[in-house]
Amino acid sequence: MSEKDNTQSVLGVVKGRAGIEQQIVLPWSRALQMTRENIFVRLGRSAITASGIFLGIAFLAAVLFGGAAQRVLAEINLKELGVETAGKEFQSRIIWLAGMSLLVATVGIVNSMLMSVTERYKEIGTMKCLGALDTFIVRLFLLEAGLLGILGSALGVIIGASIMMLGYAGRLGVSGIGKAWMSAALQFGGWSIPLWLAMIMALMLGGLLSILAALYPAWRAAKMPPAAALRSEF
Amino acid sequence: MSVYEYIVRTKDLSKIYTLGGVEVRALDNVALDIRRGEYVSIMGPSGSGKSTLFNMIGGLDKPSKGTVFIDEVDMAQLTASELAFLRCRKLGYIFQTFNLIPVMTALENVTLPMVFAGLTTDAALDKGMELLKVVGLGDRYDHKPTELSGGQQQRVAIARAFANDPAIILADEPTGNLDLRTGKEIITLLKRMNEEKKVTVISATHDLKMIDVSDRVVWIRDGKIERIEERKDIEVKVGQMEGEEE
Repeated sequence: MSEKDNTQSVLGVVKGRAGIEQQIVLPWSRALQMTRENIFVRLGRSAITASGIFLGIAFLAAVLFGGAAQRVLAEINLKELGVETAGKEFQSRIIWLAGMSLLVATVGIVNSMLMSVTERYKEIGTMKCLGALDTFIVRLFLLEAGLLGILGSALGVIIGASIMMLGYAGRLGVSGIGKAWMSAALQFGGWSIPLWLAMIMALMLGGLLSILAALYPAWRAAKMPPAAALRSEF
Repeated sequence: MSVYEYIVRTKDLSKIYTLGGVEVRALDNVALDIRRGEYVSIMGPSGSGKSTLFNMIGGLDKPSKGTVFIDEVDMAQLTASELAFLRCRKLGYIFQTFNLIPVMTALENVTLPMVFAGLTTDAALDKGMELLKVVGLGDRYDHKPTELSGGQQQRVAIARAFANDPAIILADEPTGNLDLRTGKEIITLLKRMNEEKKVTVISATHDLKMIDVSDRVVWIRDGKIERIEERKDIEVKVGQMEGEEE
């Protein structure tokens, strides 16, 4: 071991170093590996965190599917019975429902991410003692939130849509379901979003919301003085 | 590059908390100088301020008043990145509760600081294994902290603290969670590292076993330094510890 290091002045090593951030690194490959470990070694805990995302997005997916399915039913009703069942009131109701489900999803995601960060204050403090830059901490949590968000949302979309498909199978039949996927899930202004697109957007939205929800808690935790972070009891 | 005699210096160091309108002085104008390569133990009862002093010296918390100099660098003047760099390359921490990352193996824990320092994976793994062997855990490199005893976890923590060849090791109650025999092993290990690697060791503890290996003992009480003793002036009696003033 080099004795030289220990007799060198700390002063000379720290000050006068241009671009000191470049002296401390966290390669993306390592960050991804750590994120994977964090998620899969603590699978149960990760599942609970992801369930907040999953349930919210599943609800949203169900609302979206319901909207499209009702539209297809309305067409059938109009053709066969001459009755209009999907007017303006219906459209605004769908938008309202979708908006509410998005709000529910957001609250669930924010709560999950807050818990996920708070219960690891001690780990965060430790990593800072090892020399981690604040941005490393944020990066690790955003990666985890993004990964859990995408996985949870994907599952939510699949489960939410599947349940609704089963529910409407009787009334619509296979062709009707196929039509539902192509028809508008949401209509506002001049915009009409077909169901399949809306589902993809819901998935991406879940991922994005998860990342945004983790941003503030992770940033705040990274900025804490290590002494305070290490005092946590978890 | 000039080398300073005192690797750590504190001046008028104070930490004041306001609890319910009452001012609590956890540290009261502490002045402490620690020489390069010394093994210093900060000792005192619970609530004496030794952990607070430890946190100040280690840059884990900011003082209310006063300054901490590491090699004549005022720690308060360092940016967050410079502080991180200091912690990565020059300081090594050991804690009472070990503080290993639970999802990582022993080797991954030891090599984490090396990752931050930019070592290649091969170099890091080699060095990590070397360090684990030095602390006697070469065969448990792939064990997770839950698969290790307290003493073993602390050894991993010590190996990790030496990952980037630090100049100063800071140990906060390193034997606090260990039984008598394991505690002694850890203290012996720390002293060995201090002598072999010429690293300055600063430990905050109320474990009297630490006195024997310390070059100096700083007794602290109610946020103030009571007295500082050289090891040679402390007489160790069976069943008792006594300090002698010259």
